[in-house]
Amino acid sequence: MKHLDEYRDAELVHKLSQQLQDTVSREWTIMEICGGQTHSIMKYNLTEFLPDKIRLVHGPGCPVCVTPLEIIDKAIRIAQREEVIFTSFGDMLRVPGSEKDLLSVKAEGGDVRIIYSPLDALKIAHENPGREIVFFAIGFETTAPANALAVKEAKRRGISNFSILSSHVLVPPAMEAILSSPSNQIQGFLAAGHVCTVMGYEEYIPIAQKYKVPIVVTGFEPVDIMQGIYMVTKQLEEGKHEVGNAYGRVVTREGNKAARELLRTVFRVSDMKWRGIGEIPSSGFSLSEDYSVYDAEAKFDVGDIIQKESPLCIAGEVLQGVKTPDACSAFGDQCRPEHPLGAPMVSSEGACSAYYRFKKSGLV
Amino acid sequence: MDFQLNCPIPISQYPVITMAHGSGGLLSHQLIDKMFRPLFDNRLLDEGHDGAVIEFATGRIAFTTDSFVVNPIFFPGGNIGNLAVNGTVNDLACCGARPMYLSVGMILEEGLPVEDLWKICLSMQDAARKAGVIIVTGDTKVVEKGHGDKIYINTSGIGVIPEGVNINPSSPREGDVIIINGQIGDHGVAILSAREGLGFETGITSDTTALNGLVEQILKETIEISVLRDPTRGGVATTLNEISTSAGAGIVLEENSLPVSPEVRGACEVLGLDPLYIANEGKILVIVPADLAGNVLNTMKQHPAGADSAIIGRVTSEHPGIVRMITSIGSSRVIDMLTGDQLPRIC
Repeated sequence: MKHLDEYRDAELVHKLSQQLQDTVSREWTIMEICGGQTHSIMKYNLTEFLPDKIRLVHGPGCPVCVTPLEIIDKAIRIAQREEVIFTSFGDMLRVPGSEKDLLSVKAEGGDVRIIYSPLDALKIAHENPGREIVFFAIGFETTAPANALAVKEAKRRGISNFSILSSHVLVPPAMEAILSSPSNQIQGFLAAGHVCTVMGYEEYIPIAQKYKVPIVVTGFEPVDIMQGIYMVTKQLEEGKHEVGNAYGRVVTREGNKAARELLRTVFRVSDMKWRGIGEIPSSGFSLSEDYSVYDAEAKFDVGDIIQKESPLCIAGEVLQGVKTPDACSAFGDQCRPEHPLGAPMVSSEGACSAYYRFKKSGLV
Repeated sequence: MDFQLNCPIPISQYPVITMAHGSGGLLSHQLIDKMFRPLFDNRLLDEGHDGAVIEFATGRIAFTTDSFVVNPIFFPGGNIGNLAVNGTVNDLACCGARPMYLSVGMILEEGLPVEDLWKICLSMQDAARKAGVIIVTGDTKVVEKGHGDKIYINTSGIGVIPEGVNINPSSPREGDVIIINGQIGDHGVAILSAREGLGFETGITSDTTALNGLVEQILKETIEISVLRDPTRGGVATTLNEISTSAGAGIVLEENSLPVSPEVRGACEVLGLDPLYIANEGKILVIVPADLAGNVLNTMKQHPAGADSAIIGRVTSEHPGIVRMITSIGSSRVIDMLTGDQLPRIC
């Protein structure tokens, strides 16, 4: 497949692997931020190509994994309402709330539908004027513009039976939260290529300087990821801490101006809770005042739901790379892929789920 | 498929299925006499007993059943009717049997257009003819609107196993070679693309087809076949995991050898799905001793249902119960069973 196969080229991966071997002289811990990158690393088992001295830590960049428990519970409460058609991306349906997940709500008769674009939800709203259509708007800066567009469209077309349950999170504040933690072990970052497609990479420059960490904007194919790791390692070895771009075919310094403008119009930056990490100041998007009537939390009065995570779950420490999943007392016992306590056990690339499968197989 | 033939039940009279069609009364008989009997026409069905009485020579028979609940009922490349016939035919063929007789149980939802039922039955007739099987008994029930999803079909089937053939899922041995008869993932992606609201169109059609002709040719080449399995729900990954577990053997797949069409690959990239876990309805995994693999592969390639056949992996005594894949870049990863359905990923 054109524009894809060249970035899955075995020879190039091997060449980069050799370059890394030749470059690295001591142990380094690098975090890939994005869940999509983690997925690729698992899918191609890229750790096979890394020197033993490079340790990769899977970051909190899977929107499914970091959506807080109380938002899931709010989603469940809303989806159970008779008048509501609850729409969501597929992989949110199996994320456990404090009592059940959205798949169970569907099995109990709730009208829960998987969609592939927020504009599909708007279409359903237009076609069902007697129902209330709620879209579970989660994601990082990558998905936020499409969600913003749906809300803007709803306003423009005067569609009032549409609202979003918003849980948007932002990458740079999460990086800062990790870096400023006393237990931080991360020495370099692969920044999320698609987030930077929208936002550019200017906002990472002060972070790299303040915390003295190299940050390299990285894509998602094996060659991209190997290239990103090589560029971070090279800087680490040379004692540099700059922002590099290994995804130049897509990402520019200033990003997508139209998308950023759209985000500024529809959303405002707000404090946000992250599952397993806690509240991070200015780390999310909420609807701006002009669009607040599209806020499902207010519309269905679920603002009072506050939930604590399972006390056994150490997802937060896992997501920050402080602990490995098998350090958890619930791992493989109370918490398994078919019965997850925390989000990293839900999606197949979640750190706990991946660890569980590889450990079970005895191949690692 | 030729839909030129008109439904014999006048639309003006009964445009949709009503509860009366399942009452056992006149309307039930009209369905049987004007639709099922003429389409599935054969001596055993015509006898009109409560069941078909079949004479068998001594020997072994295979017996299987499958229920079909697909949504939408019409999709690119087929519909629930030929799917229901082919599915049971293929399960029999995977037992090494020559499929012969089918039963058809239909659960119709009140309100199903009679014209749709007619089209579905026409395609069942066509699929049965192509597979060389006859439909010898059946049953129809109607449920109230909202208590079903248009139409559900159960088919059961009986086939005769030729002398000497012994296909046993626990029999693969170290070094056996795994062959598939063509590109994977077509059926699942065709269904996805046909579903309402997905909003993307592909030229992909379901691969639904009967495989008994292909299996017959393979068994003519050799009866030393370890396993025949059709990787339907859960796709190739799930079926190979089942084989690996029941045989207590390991399996190694080669990603570069897996036949996947560019259209299916593209759709899967966009949706975040893995073709290895996507359903097929016209594919078969053939596991044979290595020394026979070349001949079996050639035989398969000469059959229309096996033109794109390829060797995709082998059986190993290492890592029993585990399916492993050598990726396109030369690394290795575990291909395990999914907890539930594959869900499209957000990122």
